[in-house]
Amino acid sequence: MSEPIIRILNLAKFFGDFQALSDVSLSVAVGERMVICGPSGSGKSTLIRCVNQLERHDAGQVFVNGVELGGNRKALRSARTDVGMVFQQFNLFPHLSVLDNLTLGPMRARKLSREEATGLARRYLERVRIPEQADKFPGQLSGGQQQRVAIARSLCMEPKIMLFDEPTSALDPEMISEVLDVMVELADTGMTMMVVTHEMGFARQVADTMVFMDGGRVVEQSSPAEFFSSPRTERGRTFLQQILQH
Amino acid sequence: MTAMLKVSGHRDRGRDYARDGVRDGVRARDRARVPLRLWLRLRLRLRLWPGLLALSLLLTGCAGQLQWYVVSPLTPAGQANLKFMLGGLKYTILLSMTAIVISVVIGLLVALPALSRNPIARGFNKVYVEIIRAVPLLVLILWVYYGLPIMMGIAINVFWAGVLALALSDSAFEAEIFRAGIQSIDRGQLEASDSLGLGYIDRMRYVVLPQALRRVLPPLGNQLVYMLKMSSLVSVIGMEELTRRANELVTAEYRPLETYTVLILEYLVLILIVSAAVRWLERRLASRDVRS
Repeated sequence: MSEPIIRILNLAKFFGDFQALSDVSLSVAVGERMVICGPSGSGKSTLIRCVNQLERHDAGQVFVNGVELGGNRKALRSARTDVGMVFQQFNLFPHLSVLDNLTLGPMRARKLSREEATGLARRYLERVRIPEQADKFPGQLSGGQQQRVAIARSLCMEPKIMLFDEPTSALDPEMISEVLDVMVELADTGMTMMVVTHEMGFARQVADTMVFMDGGRVVEQSSPAEFFSSPRTERGRTFLQQILQH
Repeated sequence: MTAMLKVSGHRDRGRDYARDGVRDGVRARDRARVPLRLWLRLRLRLRLWPGLLALSLLLTGCAGQLQWYVVSPLTPAGQANLKFMLGGLKYTILLSMTAIVISVVIGLLVALPALSRNPIARGFNKVYVEIIRAVPLLVLILWVYYGLPIMMGIAINVFWAGVLALALSDSAFEAEIFRAGIQSIDRGQLEASDSLGLGYIDRMRYVVLPQALRRVLPPLGNQLVYMLKMSSLVSVIGMEELTRRANELVTAEYRPLETYTVLILEYLVLILIVSAAVRWLERRLASRDVRS
């Protein structure tokens, strides 16, 4: 394997007295698709939020593209333009049209011209299959459409890595597949992805690596085939049973 | 509305039509309702004022003869007096508008440190707001006009002394309004901006402030009305605005009731116009983005 694009070493994170992450070490190779699962409160969201420093870690190190993220703001901002993030709650800008949501980052952070940014935006809207919604406002779209806009917004930054923080958890069941379809297509293009999700079908289909977390620790890390057929730990087995039961 | 959206249709296009229908319905209802409410409120106010006026006239009628001729629009003397009174309008408006613009700018600049992680910046905000808010406006006007030139060794004219005092006094309130507005913006908006690599200024300018401004528009409108009324206090340092003009007329004609009644009507009309304008602005901004 080549030099990992994300390297996490002995990461620890506290919220007050609560330890959300303890001694987490992971690395993600270029083009690797990592799916992180685990019960709620296991630290999986905190972990991927540390990768673009929406949460600051208290101990350990995070490297993105070989650059350590920490105190240096400039390094952080440039790293953030390389790392796209999709949130559970979409977090689109409600006062901006879909097109303006997409062009804001490229124009302000990447200093593209309006024409370039608009071209980019239209291309990615095409890719998430909602080019006709460009002039609407987020509040006029369905949840599934909003999440696809959010994905397109991140892609407009042409990131090297995409982080997904439970991207389908806030969606109604019939809208989950339209978002997952877009994510599968993205995976097919060779994008490096870290995905926190409970969608085990998606995990089985696209993941190169499964990470199972519990109590702020990485409990298991293996291939999906291995993880789904024979989890190594008792905790992993119970989790899979619970999540696959229905 | 989200719930209604989500149950409608399976295919994208079908869903859109359903949603547009729902939206237009809601907006049509809102459109119908807002002017109605506005109209009712205006009617209430307008109905109330003639009533009060009639009552006060009745009361004074018992005490002595009314001398409306001083402000009668029908006689040349009355016209001259009215013209004299209205001559103050320019300064009342100029004073309040200049002061509100300055106070909004100062207010915003004072509000931003309150949201900082730096305790010194937060401390600055707190001290500023608490001190300025504690000084009575009239006292501040007197201090700025009579005290500041001595302290700073500068000359300051009545107009700018008034503007400065009004703007300073109001800025503390504006700062609190902006702080509340900015803090009401969902954290997710900040995180989305961060993840797009936007810096502090871009984040504020394109994401936070446009949304916060919409939310604080009603209290800002309030402050504008407040400012128009408080500008009357600047009359004490000799600013020739509405109240000062009325006072001068009273001194000349000895008809306080008639003169001050006209003064009240002047403020009333001015403020009703401003209120209507603020409401119009609110509706215009609200109709631009439809929220789920």
